[in-house]
Amino acid sequence: MSHKIYLPRDAAALSVGAEKVAATIAAELASRGIDAQIIRTGSRGLHWLEPMVEVKTAKGRVAYGPVTVKDVPGLFEAGFLEGDDHPLAQGLTKEIPFLKGQTRLTFARCGVTDPLSLEDYRKYEGLKGLEKAVAMTAEEIVTEVTDSGLRGRGGAGFPTGIKWNTVRQAQGTQKYIVCNADEGDSGTFADRMIMEGDPFVLIEGMAIAGLATGATRGYIYTRSEYPHAIATMRAAIGIARKAGVLGASVLGSTHAFDMEVRVGAGAYVCGEETSLLNSLEGKRGLVRAKPPLPALEGLFGRPTVVNNVLSLATVPVILDRGAGFYRDFGVGRSHGTMPIQLAGNIKYPGLYETPFGITLGELVNEIGGGTRSGRPVKAVQVGGPLGAYFPVDLFDTPFDYEAFAARDGLIGHAGVVVFDDTADMLEQARFAMEFCAIESCGKCTPCRIGSTRGVEVVDKLAKGDRPDEQIALLTSLCDTMKFGSLCALGGFTPYPVMSALTHFPEDFNRKPIAEAAE
Amino acid sequence: MALGLSDEELAERVGRIVGMHSDLEGPLLPILHAVEQEFGCVPEIAIREIADRLNLSRAEVHGVRTFYHDFRGEPAGRHTLKVCRAEACQSVGAADLADGIRAALGIDWHETTPDGKVTLEPVYCLGLCSCAPAVLLDDAPYGRLDLDAVRDLVAEAS
Ligand SMILES: Cc1cc2nc3c(=O)[nH]c(=O)nc-3n(C[C@H](O)[C@H](O)[C@H](O)COP(=O)(O)O)c2cc1C
Ligand code: SF4
Ligand code: FES
Ligand code: FES
Repeated sequence: MSHKIYLPRDAAALSVGAEKVAATIAAELASRGIDAQIIRTGSRGLHWLEPMVEVKTAKGRVAYGPVTVKDVPGLFEAGFLEGDDHPLAQGLTKEIPFLKGQTRLTFARCGVTDPLSLEDYRKYEGLKGLEKAVAMTAEEIVTEVTDSGLRGRGGAGFPTGIKWNTVRQAQGTQKYIVCNADEGDSGTFADRMIMEGDPFVLIEGMAIAGLATGATRGYIYTRSEYPHAIATMRAAIGIARKAGVLGASVLGSTHAFDMEVRVGAGAYVCGEETSLLNSLEGKRGLVRAKPPLPALEGLFGRPTVVNNVLSLATVPVILDRGAGFYRDFGVGRSHGTMPIQLAGNIKYPGLYETPFGITLGELVNEIGGGTRSGRPVKAVQVGGPLGAYFPVDLFDTPFDYEAFAARDGLIGHAGVVVFDDTADMLEQARFAMEFCAIESCGKCTPCRIGSTRGVEVVDKLAKGDRPDEQIALLTSLCDTMKFGSLCALGGFTPYPVMSALTHFPEDFNRKPIAEAAE
Repeated sequence: MALGLSDEELAERVGRIVGMHSDLEGPLLPILHAVEQEFGCVPEIAIREIADRLNLSRAEVHGVRTFYHDFRGEPAGRHTLKVCRAEACQSVGAADLADGIRAALGIDWHETTPDGKVTLEPVYCLGLCSCAPAVLLDDAPYGRLDLDAVRDLVAEAS
């Protein structure tokens, strides 16, 4: 019998040596004359175990990790092809607690299948949502998405079905579906994992969005920092087109839908939807004032859906299993599941998809295992560079849009970045201002100038130069940015700054330099 | 003369690139990427040529070129090392790592080593935050790094 070995080609796995491990396994198989197939998959999201090798056994897939090149001969000696024991053995993959505790809806196939096998995709429930959508009216599709309670996963949490309905009802001969795959938030990688690990689900979601709104063209706008995602996505689009999933007749229907990938050029602000549209049009990525809404006057002035990768990639399962099935997960007005990304100084980093409602403390301590350094947790930044720093005192906050907002934070794209007690929150506040200054599109003064002033004020604080005055100045600067900026780059930079100042005041109370030098 | 090509030659090659993108909606970014890919930067002559062919003003194309961090006015070194400076990497020592890299290479951000081998660029997240600290050397990702590992990477690159 031919053995089956699974090994990710996800960029995170590659970054820790998956390619060399794959080559070493292949060489070892050849020299031992063993008949086996190495299948390159996406990542399961257990990133501390990457490179994670799986083998197919009668009981299911068995995992080994983290595997280095020099572990490979020993794995063969131990009989890993039969799933036998070894110091790196993790047992049956699906029984690993980190994976077992999850509810994988959006990420159901990621890490399981060959990302570029449409056959695999179909075998694991793929295209069922689109098949249903083809038989429905546009209005029915929109209703299904609205009823599921799905909210935008890109940050703002706007109900996806309502956005689609605006585009559906808009007049226009050409409408567009734009997938926001710019994923600039630090601490996030879920969009990348989908594009590299299950690209057809995004294609399917965009095609459904096309049917629901009457849009026939789609663009995936992603970042130049994601070369592997770009290549996989482009290959998948080609395969989908050949198979008739995309093109003049989607799955043999009378609907046309096709798409392409466009690549940004290193500008964080281009993740903001109107800046993104300008960039797609070939302009500077300046933020546009709203109204007009992109839904009515978006790409080239035409009605346009702009949705995050995860929002679109969740639509197929909603159509397949039904709005009610999805809606029943979660809490309050946060329905369904969220692919949460655990990153930074954490023992078990990776992707954890779970219904809304889990607390921050459970995520960091129980699932994440605390810090990688073994030191106490000091702060957790949730929601990227514009998200607040949470102290351990607020670990009872449930993962839920409204609960985070009530504590002056945001979920954003669900990145969770852990810092241990060596973190200097004044430095983190400074970085937030510096980042805003570097990435500002320059359209409004509070953001463009305010952020540079912010860096200067924090630098004075660091020197212990009249701290009370500087803190008052920083607070009022944040106020100006919050209320006087056109978009959330300038408007939300105060979140990390003020949360650092509010929750960790001791880090801002520096002794004057002269005194400290005595 | 720029990049060892005559102005005419350069303009002609840029013209061909523009032509290859003629059926795209909003072709300017793909064109700039293709020019950058071919010449390692977007020289002034390319800007003039692109502007002429797309019926844009030179100022517009220049404005777009300079808005985006990726498009260079001058070619980079043989390799580009993009070092993540963002929060997840900071939480596991990226700031010290970056200082160490700059000292080891003897250059600051955006600079190229005197032998023309490596250009150093800061980036803000590579989506490798679960394997931090991370860098991208040309198009290859590397994670869970320390200074020695980065030194080895740079030494191994030709
Ligand atoms: C500075 C800034 C950066 C943003 N970056 C992203 C991003 O990388 N990806 C994303 O999906 N949304 C991003 N957004 C949010 C988008 O503007 C928009 O709300 C989102 O794409 C809508 O899709 P959704 O409803 O599916 O979330 C950003 C917003 C701002 C202000
Ligand atoms: S807040 Fe900043 S990034 Fe946003 S529109 Fe204003 S200047 Fe541009
Ligand atoms: S210029 Fe935009 S807020 Fe003042
Ligand atoms: S923060 Fe460094 S890779 Fe994401």
